[in-house]
Amino acid sequence: MASNHVKYRIGKSTFFKGLTILLACACVVPLIFILIYILQAGLTKINWHFLTNLPKPVGETGGGIANALLGSMIIILVASVIAIPFGILCGIYLSENKKSKLAYWSRLCVDILQGVPSIVIGIVAYFWLVKPMGGFSALSGSAALAIMMLPIIIRSTEETLKLLPDSLREAGFALGLPFHRVVLKVIVPCGISGILSGVMLSVARIAGETAPLLFTAFGNPYLSFNLLKPMQSLPLLIFNYATSPYNDWHDLAWGASCILLIWVLALNIFTKLMTRKWKVQL
Amino acid sequence: MESTIVKSVDYNAYFGDNHVVKNVNIDIPRNNVIAVMGPSGCGKTTFLRGINRMHELIPGATAKGQILLNGEDVMEMHPIFVRLKIGMVFQRPNPFPNLSIYDNVIAGYKLNGIKLPKAEKDKIVEHSLTRVALWKEVKDSLTKKGSFLSGGQQQRLCIARAVAMEPEVLLFDEPTSALDPISTSTVEELFHELKKNYTLIIVTHNMQQAARVSDKTAFFYMGELVEYDETKQMFTNPKDTRTQNYITGRFS
Repeated sequence: MASNHVKYRIGKSTFFKGLTILLACACVVPLIFILIYILQAGLTKINWHFLTNLPKPVGETGGGIANALLGSMIIILVASVIAIPFGILCGIYLSENKKSKLAYWSRLCVDILQGVPSIVIGIVAYFWLVKPMGGFSALSGSAALAIMMLPIIIRSTEETLKLLPDSLREAGFALGLPFHRVVLKVIVPCGISGILSGVMLSVARIAGETAPLLFTAFGNPYLSFNLLKPMQSLPLLIFNYATSPYNDWHDLAWGASCILLIWVLALNIFTKLMTRKWKVQL
Repeated sequence: MESTIVKSVDYNAYFGDNHVVKNVNIDIPRNNVIAVMGPSGCGKTTFLRGINRMHELIPGATAKGQILLNGEDVMEMHPIFVRLKIGMVFQRPNPFPNLSIYDNVIAGYKLNGIKLPKAEKDKIVEHSLTRVALWKEVKDSLTKKGSFLSGGQQQRLCIARAVAMEPEVLLFDEPTSALDPISTSTVEELFHELKKNYTLIIVTHNMQQAARVSDKTAFFYMGELVEYDETKQMFTNPKDTRTQNYITGRFS
């Protein structure tokens, strides 16, 4: 009888183990299906011509997504330039002042900001930037995306730096370093891999954002480098072309989706590798 | 004739409302090893951290009274100058994990943005590492990270880092409590060498260590300085019954 009971427990344990493995696989399956589906539909559309040409008007075959690709890069670059310094400095403040009132409130605001729907951020950017500036512009799109990047950068910086032992800061102070040097020369270099991975993930996160760009960067069928004028971007192109009735445009949208997916995937893989390489062994 | 280098006058330290160091008056003579011992929570570490003003880095921590370094009140000086003159070594070895062994030794210069010619830096590194008896062991791996070393070597690296700044006083906060017996004895031997050039103040849990390494011993109990005397005197003929009870192991 005792052995039966043990067998029952072993069986239960095996079942539980199997269940966790099954559910872990279930999480991976959707991603794999999406990847396969989009690669199948999009990969054949991608070639040099596709990457270096502008979209053609309806009726003409061919055409590419050069304007959207460059537009996306520019918009994201400008958004990063705005968000990264603010985000990292705010994260440093939060990790250095765990208990102050200001830290409590800004932490709360950051958490709420993370939960604000992207379309709402787009609308706010529309009222704050697009209307006063008198027209759609890439810059307003970058500002909207920068707001979306902030909470990710702030929280990852804060969490990374909080994990560093206090003894490290004390070692700096005991050598007579002023506060700013302890932060910039000791704390930040030791947490650099975590901070950078937060930055990369925030870039990957906004690369596919469409909603904030609808009312701000607006889109543009031509190649534009002017930050104060409307600019095309990959998600906008996908949104516009996929909902159009033309097959040629659907093809462009599939190709663009594929590019966007590869981009985000590459960023994530790169982040993983970089984090491992730059990790400071404590 | 020995001269006083550090002197505390009615020094009090608090964590919020918690009064942890009470009215400590102590004279520390130059080029001596002073052991500070006492049971856990008696305020010995807090007192030590008060000397180079590390105490006030903890949120809510305050201090009253005077700590005089060569007659000058450190409470009135900028903490950065205080810490350049009074080095500190911590309980756990804490080399900078992002810096090489070489850079760890000159971290006080490098991280403070003080530019030195390469020859000068080499000299400081070799000199400091030799002083802590680490030069022979690491001279071929100076470019490796500080965390590459063993615990005892790391602690000696941290001492070298403090020594490199040429301070007048070195504070040690239970420097061997995280080390194995062999590393402990190496570090203890160092104290005898280092006191030729510096004044050492060592907080220790370990009575045998206090007896082995120090010239004078201070006994703290419940935040008060109970007794302060020549180490030999203290261990053979303590004046206060609390000291006697502690030394004979009646409480710890």
